[in-house]
This record gives sequence, C-alpha cells and structure tokens, in this order.
Amino acid sequence: MNIVDFWRIFKRNKFGVGGLIIILIFLIMAIFAPFISPYNPNQTNPNLFLSKPSLNHPFGTNELGEDLLSLDIYGSRISLIVGFAAAAVSVILGLLIGIISGYMGGLIDEVLMRITDFFLVIPTLVLMIIIAAIIGPSLINVIFVIGLLSWPPTARMVRSMVLSIKEWPFIESAKASNAGRLYIMFVHVLPNVIPIVFANATLAIAGAIFSQASLVFLGVGDVTDISWGEILHYAVSSGALSAGDWWYVIPPGTFIVLLILGFVLLGYSFEEILNPRLRRV
Amino acid sequence: MININDLYVRYKTEKGYANAVDHIGLSIEKGIIFGLVGESGSGKTTLGLTLLRILPPSAEVASGSIYVNGTDILKLDEDDMRKWRGKRIAMVFQGAMNSLNPVINIERQVAEPLVIHEEMDEERAIIIAREKLAMLGLGENVWKRYPHELSGGMKQRVVIAMAIITNPDILIADEPTTALDVVTQDRIMKLIKSLQREYNLTTILISHDLPIVSEVADRIAIMYGGKICEVGENEQIIKNAKHPYTIGLLSSIAEPGSSKEIKGIPGEPISLINPPPGCRFYNRCQFASAKCKTYAYKLKSIEEKHDVYCTLYGE
Amino acid sequence: MERSLTKYFIKRFIFALITIIAIISLNFYLFRIMPGNPIILLYRSPELSASRIKILTEQFGLNKPLWEQYFIYVYNTLTGNWGISFYYKQPVFNVIIPAMINSLILLIPATFLSIILGIFTGIISAWKRGTRIDFAFLGTALAFYAMPTFWFGAILILLALYIGGIPISGMYTIGAYNSNPISQLIDLLSHLVLPLITLTLVYYGQFTIIMRNSLIDVFTEDYIVTAKAKGADEKWIIKKHAVPNAMLPMVSIIAINFGLVVTGAILTETIFSWPGVGLLIYDSIMARDYPVLQGTFLIVAITVVMANFIADIIYARLDPRIRYQ
Repeated sequence: MNIVDFWRIFKRNKFGVGGLIIILIFLIMAIFAPFISPYNPNQTNPNLFLSKPSLNHPFGTNELGEDLLSLDIYGSRISLIVGFAAAAVSVILGLLIGIISGYMGGLIDEVLMRITDFFLVIPTLVLMIIIAAIIGPSLINVIFVIGLLSWPPTARMVRSMVLSIKEWPFIESAKASNAGRLYIMFVHVLPNVIPIVFANATLAIAGAIFSQASLVFLGVGDVTDISWGEILHYAVSSGALSAGDWWYVIPPGTFIVLLILGFVLLGYSFEEILNPRLRRV
Repeated sequence: MININDLYVRYKTEKGYANAVDHIGLSIEKGIIFGLVGESGSGKTTLGLTLLRILPPSAEVASGSIYVNGTDILKLDEDDMRKWRGKRIAMVFQGAMNSLNPVINIERQVAEPLVIHEEMDEERAIIIAREKLAMLGLGENVWKRYPHELSGGMKQRVVIAMAIITNPDILIADEPTTALDVVTQDRIMKLIKSLQREYNLTTILISHDLPIVSEVADRIAIMYGGKICEVGENEQIIKNAKHPYTIGLLSSIAEPGSSKEIKGIPGEPISLINPPPGCRFYNRCQFASAKCKTYAYKLKSIEEKHDVYCTLYGE
Repeated sequence: MERSLTKYFIKRFIFALITIIAIISLNFYLFRIMPGNPIILLYRSPELSASRIKILTEQFGLNKPLWEQYFIYVYNTLTGNWGISFYYKQPVFNVIIPAMINSLILLIPATFLSIILGIFTGIISAWKRGTRIDFAFLGTALAFYAMPTFWFGAILILLALYIGGIPISGMYTIGAYNSNPISQLIDLLSHLVLPLITLTLVYYGQFTIIMRNSLIDVFTEDYIVTAKAKGADEKWIIKKHAVPNAMLPMVSIIAINFGLVVTGAILTETIFSWPGVGLLIYDSIMARDYPVLQGTFLIVAITVVMANFIADIIYARLDPRIRYQ
C-alpha cells in the first residue's frame, strides 16, 4: 500500500496517533532543551543538597545541587539518540542477515539461523552488561553493544518475508535477465521488505531506550552523560530512594515510560495496520 | 418444510452494502435433496449460512423470514437458535480445508455435538461417534488420529459424520466435494444420497458444480447475483432449462464422447453493491432486451414445479 | 507416532547441547580479550613479583597455547571448577549456587503469575475486542510493559515507605532470630511481596499481547465456524477450540521470553537488594570480580537454554502437527 493509503488508515488508529504525539513532544523537548530548561543542568550548588521541590526548582535538586528539572529535560537527548542509533544498527544488521539468509538459503541460511537462534535464547541484557563492563562504558560502546545484540528478531522476520518474496514472478524475470544475486537482493528484494520492518524497527527503538536506561542504571553505561537512567542511578546511590525522595525518582522514570510507550504504541499500530488479520473490521 | 420468504441479506463493506441475498423466496420439501447452484458471489453460501444464522459480524439479515416446520428461525433469540444449530439443522463444510480443529482428535470432534446438545458425557458420545465413523467407512485406525493425518476424502467423511451424529432434520452441505479428486467426489455424493434415503434427511446441496449436483439432487435452484434465476425438478432443469444463464451453464459442460460445442459465458458478474435495477444477468445475456433493464423479478411458471425469472417468458 | 517425538526430542537436545558449548566458548573468548595481563587482573595487585607471576601463570596454565587453555577451561567448566572469586575468595561455584536458589525463589512464582495473568487478560481482551474493556486491558498491559523494571520497583518502594510495614529490601529481616520455620517463612514471604509484584506486573504485558493477537488470529479460522455450526456457545468455543490453538505460539514466546524475565530479575534484585544472581552480577561488576561474572553468565545462559528446550518439548506434546517435520 502506498503512503497516502497508509496515512489514511493510520490517522484512525488511536494507539498510533497517541504514540506519535508522545514521541513528537519528546523530540521537541530534546531539540529545544537549552531553551526550555530553567538552568544549566551541570550547574552545581552545594547548598542545595537533595532539596525538595520549590518554586525555584520544581523538581528539586540532586546531591550536587543541580536542578533536576533541567537534568530531566536534557536527559531526553541521550535516550532519543541511543534509541534511534542502536535501533538503526540492529535493524540494518537484521535486514542484512535476514535478506542474505533468506535469499541464499542452503548452508548459509542454516548457519545464520542457528546463530540467530543462539542470540534469541541467551539473555541479551546479561551479555550486554558483561561486554559493556569489559570494553568500557562510553556512548558509542553502548550504542554498539545494544545494536549488536538486538538484531535477531528483525532478522527472523525479514528472513520469512524474503522466503515468500523469493517466489514472486518479477524475481524470476530478474533472474532470467541475468541479474546478479547481490543486485536482486538489494535492488528488488530489499525495497519490498522495508515496509514490514517498520513495525519492528519502532519496537527496536523502544527496546534500545530500555536497554540503555538499564545499562546506565546498573552503572555499566556512561554515567557522565546526562540520561534518565543515569539520574535514576544516582537517585539510588545517593540514598534519595531510601529516604523517600519521590521527586528525584518519579520524573525520570515517568519520562522513560512515556517515551517507550510512545514507540510501543506506534509500533503496535504499525503491526495492526500491516497485518491484515489483526485489522479491525 | 422449509419456506424462505423475501429474504434479504447484505454485507457491510467500505463502499456500501453488498446485497448477497436479494429478496428471494424458496420452498423446500421434506426429505428431498435440494441443489443450490451458482458461481462464487451468487449468494448461495450466504443463504446456507443464514439458514444456520452463523453469518459473520459484517452481515445482517435486513428482512424476510425463514419458516422451518412452522417456526420462523430468523425470529428466534440466540439461545433458542443454538438449540437448533448442530442438532436440528446441521452443516457440512469443505472438509479438505481447515474446517477441522487441528489439535483435537477425530473421535472427539465427531462426538462434540452430542456433548453440547444432549449433555452426554464424553465417553458415551465417543462410542456413538465411533459407530457413525465406522458406518461411513472410517475404521478404528482413524478414530484417534488428527485431521492433518487424513486424506481429503476421509476428512470430508469426518465432517459429514460430525453433522449427522445428532440425527438432524436438515443437512446443509456447502461445496462438499470441491478440492477432492473425481473418484472421491463421486463417492461422497453417493454417500449423501444414501444418507438421505436412509434417514429421510432433507438435504440442501450448495455447489458451483451443476453436473455433480444433478447426479443426486431431486430439485435444483440456480442462483445468480443474489437472485434466483430458475427452480425446478432435476430433469426439468437439465433437459428443459429456460433461463439463459442456466442454458449457458449447461453448454459449458463437457460431455465425454460427444462432439457438442462448449460455450462459456462471456463477461463478468456485476458488483453486488448497489446493483442496477432489473435483471442481474443483463450484461452477459445473449437474449437481453430493453425490458430486462426494468425487470422486477416476477415469477413465471413454465410447467408444474418449474419456475423461471426471466423476461423471455412474460413480464 | 511416539518414535517421531523421540527423534524431535533428540534433535532439540543436540541443539541445546551445541548452544551450551557455544556459550562456554563465548565465555572463554570474552574474558580472554580483556586488556591487561590475566594474572595481574586475577590477583588485582600490580606489585606481584615476577617469580610469583611465573608460578601463578603455570598454575593457571596461561602459558599454554590458546587452544589448550580452551580445553582446560571447558573441562573445568563441566566439572564444576569455575575458578575462585576475587571478592569472596571462595570457589565461584559456591558463591553462585546459593544466589541461584534465591533467584529461583523469586523467579519461579513471578513467571507463573505473569503467565497466568497474561493469558487471562489476553483472553478477555480478545473476546471483548474493540470494546472499552479491550482498550483498558490492553492499554494497562502496554503501559506496564513499557515500564523499566527498576523504576516500577522504586515506585513500589516509595509507596511502601509511605504506607509502612512492608519490607523494602533483602530477603530476610537482618538480625532477626526466628525460632520456628513458620515465622521464618512469613518473614521470607513478606520480603518477597514487593519484588514479586514488580516482576509480575512488568512482565505480564507481553503475554497479554501475544495471547490476544494469537486468539484474534484463531478466531478467523474455519474450524471456529464449524464449532459455531455445531451449536456451541461463545464460552465453549473459546475454551475448547480457540484457546488450545492460541496457546501454541504462546509456549514458544514464553520460552523466548524467559531470557527477558531473567533480565528483569537482575534489575529487580538490584533495587530490592534481593540476594540472588542478579544482585551478584551487579556487585561483581562494581568489584570487577570477573570469575564470578563469567560464572553467572554461564549459569544464566544455561538456565535459559534449558528452559527453551523444555518449552520445545512441551510445544511438541501440545501440537500434534509438529512431530511430522
């Protein structure tokens, strides 16, 4: 289906539109952070150690006296960046592996699928934690690690799509006109797989945001960059949680939930639209 | 025994209402095999589903009545209708397709109507199910198997066993032989005929395949575009067809050994959504004339028990 | 018929075995690519004398060629010799096993509860599809699904602090001496409440979604029409025809998601200080206790592989079609 039809159906899907709105709000928050946040987030003020919410600081301050509201606003940047980047890595990998595996078939397919199964089975966060602990926490490493371990679901889905696309007539005619396999794979098969990958990619972004927050929370990601996971990490380690300082804990988590929810709703609506059997009559 | 009056069933689609069964009337006597023949989109399957009131949610019975032995089943509430379904009226679907549950074994599926309707416990019901299956030629090696292990013909017989196990008064068979090979088709048809004789089972046979239907049916109705074209006794339809569509169907049948010329019916069926007034077959009929465009489907009796709906035989 | 089940069983078992070997190998490789001399890392003191290093190197076989080290490692792993923990100064095995048990005390009930809750809400959602009930159930499930485990746990902690009386950390009350097993059990259960609720609520959502979608798919199948034609009512159709078929994909999903539940356990244990494998991983990261990390990865991965294997077998038992592959 083309873009116009898709948009027409999408407009009516409450989940999808809701999700899109949420994402847009956070995008605006991230892009315009310097203009929206009341303070420079890194501006410390030792007098304001873990202060409660006040007129000056609606979300209170952390153990360094930094304004929590500003921190929470700036936190959207890392989440979005890592979300998109890591998802991009995993989707590209998934596409590549899925197309090659599905189209080439035979031994290559077997091997690639066993590897995919392997990664589907082992708990990836644990592996992520260990790898990140070894290669060191930095933004690039985190993106790398998340992307490198999240491709299997996409690969599986792409592969089964490719298996059926392989039988389409125009592929036969491309082969008949002596087109090379690489050419067919990337010029003919790929464009047809991309729409299906959309739902998957959106959910991949949600997963990446979650993984990044988890890694940073556990102290394995980059704890110097401002991110919501990092704020929560310090909420626990500074004793704010045990003291019951809910203003420190609730906002960053709420933002994570909302952003992930936005992508989940969006991805779920894509799936509903593209899977004819789920579509409402 | 079955009286269908002015039945109007339509489906809701994005583009409007599709009139699947467009104000038709039929009478079906007790104990006969009644063939309902038409191409896909003619409304025959919808008619079958309406008799059991198992239409999909997008369909509605807009008007009309169906009297079975004096009761208008369209007016029954759902609880009462359920008592009829599977017990007094039963339906046989295309067994070769997905109409059997893949994770339940054969004897339990056949026994199910008894458990539902007669509140029998499953053990007793299975014993009866096994008898019925054996009667239809499916022995002990089949009872505990699963649908995917059976051939098309065997599955069709299972579906038939499932339908007759409660000794229904009426059996509706929707395309019971499609997707089966010719030999098996023949066997299934003979089976249906023998069931009718043995149980005096009123059978409605729905199919697109006129020759197959004519082998066993007592009466045949031809449907097109949601309307009835012609109704009559078996011989009357086959030997003395009057409606151009029926004639077209008959002439597109190959007869082995004869050098008869096979003619198809040119053109495409019209859309069921907002159909034009007048005869539905107008755009494909070789005998069409101006008065067909305003034809109001008035019944014309050709001979006793033989009716046709066509301007060729009167307004 | 039973013979093909055995063949399937063997096939899946071999796959599980190969996966485990791959995990062991991955484990071996991962920790060998760490920067720095393994011995210094092993003993964490850069001032080790050269002769001491030499002795230790020989002891650990680090001067042997890599492939020989590999086989020694595999042998050690299979015989339970998983090295010595830097931090606890005990065999890694002895450190991990009690933690594993503690984790299972939390994980097993949580998995059960979330599956049951998910199936139940999924069935209702699919049955009442399009209605407000569907939206409500599905929306709630999605909302919980999107929640980071550790954050939800934090919220519960805040709530518990506010209400008072519910333990917010650990597995037992520290220093309490419980004379009889009953009060010990009650103490344990009271500590279990918050982490259990956290894990269950955060994970049931995906089961809801899968069950719902699976059921909706099944509702479009022909055999459902057949069942309706037999005169069955809605409850009967859902219970006897739809759900058994819809459960099949669920089993695979449950298996695949066991890995996720383990992940959630790590985050939950950390926030509630529950002394399981998750907390062990967290502490070991802080302490750079690599032997323990290696061991935990191994045990977590193996558990998940076994869970998947069991799920494969259950699936084969449930779906008669699969035995004929």
